[in-house]
Amino acid sequence: MRTYHQLTDPDRSGLADQIGAQRQRVAERLAGVRRIVAVMSGKGGVGKSYVTANVARALARARTPVGVLDADLNGPTIPRLLGVSRSAQQPAIGLDGVKCISMGQFLDEGAPLAFKGPEAESFVWRGAMEAAALREFLGDVEWGKLDLLLLDLPPGMQRYIELCDILGNPPAVLTVTIPTPESRDAVRRAMRAAVERGSELLGIVENMVGQEFNGTAADDLSKEFDTPVLARIPWHPTPDSWSALGSRL
Amino acid sequence: MKFLCVECDQQMAFGERQLPGDGTLAATFKCPQCGRVVAMLTNPMETQLVSSLGVEIGGRTVPAEPFEMVRSNIVTGGPAWSNDAQERLSRVPSFVRGMVKKIYADYAKERGIMEITPAIMDTARAELGLEGM
Repeated sequence: MRTYHQLTDPDRSGLADQIGAQRQRVAERLAGVRRIVAVMSGKGGVGKSYVTANVARALARARTPVGVLDADLNGPTIPRLLGVSRSAQQPAIGLDGVKCISMGQFLDEGAPLAFKGPEAESFVWRGAMEAAALREFLGDVEWGKLDLLLLDLPPGMQRYIELCDILGNPPAVLTVTIPTPESRDAVRRAMRAAVERGSELLGIVENMVGQEFNGTAADDLSKEFDTPVLARIPWHPTPDSWSALGSRL
Repeated sequence: MKFLCVECDQQMAFGERQLPGDGTLAATFKCPQCGRVVAMLTNPMETQLVSSLGVEIGGRTVPAEPFEMVRSNIVTGGPAWSNDAQERLSRVPSFVRGMVKKIYADYAKERGIMEITPAIMDTARAELGLEGM
């Protein structure tokens, strides 16, 4: 019996072509974006979204065209941080003129992300649906000309890996940590994965510095990965804290 | 995915696609030599996986709409719950409350009911045989 690759008649479904068209769509939409930066961390609760939103606002105030794609599909907080209402396709315009798209713009207030589909064994297809949603966020938003598109990733590595697959090239990475050994260890794994995928490490932001947190996570990671500590953000940052960080991106 | 007519050693050609509406998918393929037709039937989980790829079995005739997958697959809305209905629901033991809430919500959604009230809960309970919920 002949095998799959020995059957060469035209495939009317053209599934490979359809997937190729999706990739082309992403590439065309992002053609006007000079730089894509994924804001990530292996640790939850370190302030990735907070850093993303505030550095985006600082850049926007400095007249840098900037957009934010909230890739945290299950816990979208960017709309609240940027003060945008719900609408999609055209990116929403948030505080200080930051362009923004988020799953929070599609969901009912307070509702969790849920997909229609068979409930039994939903873990089998749920990840694929989330990746498809991310692809549409990248391929269906009219960003226009942007100097920087910040991608606010959820904790963990899954979304980053999906992002690399969809973009075709690994995005540059801005890493966020807090000054604790627990955060350092979780972030280390994420940074290692980013390096293995070929991402450029832009540097580390140490958030929530001072008060109860007085560790050396950022310095440890900086030395280990030979990448700079771009900012140490105190518990009560000023606009200057974010401007200084924005100027280093 | 391709289909081979082993007897003729011919690749079968896509015929038609059907979506019966129960989450399953049927696609037929025909051998160009002997004319034999086979149907590929996928269960809801398999159909969902194909859907998540954003592709159409049989090929696309029109380009995908922006946010086609997100808009068509995300669960939004659902009926509202009156205060009385919420209070009644809160008396259901917590370990089955989610399931009970979903039963009433599905009942309302299927009938186009916008708000669940104690009266709607009584009607649903009688119709669905949910005594005690």
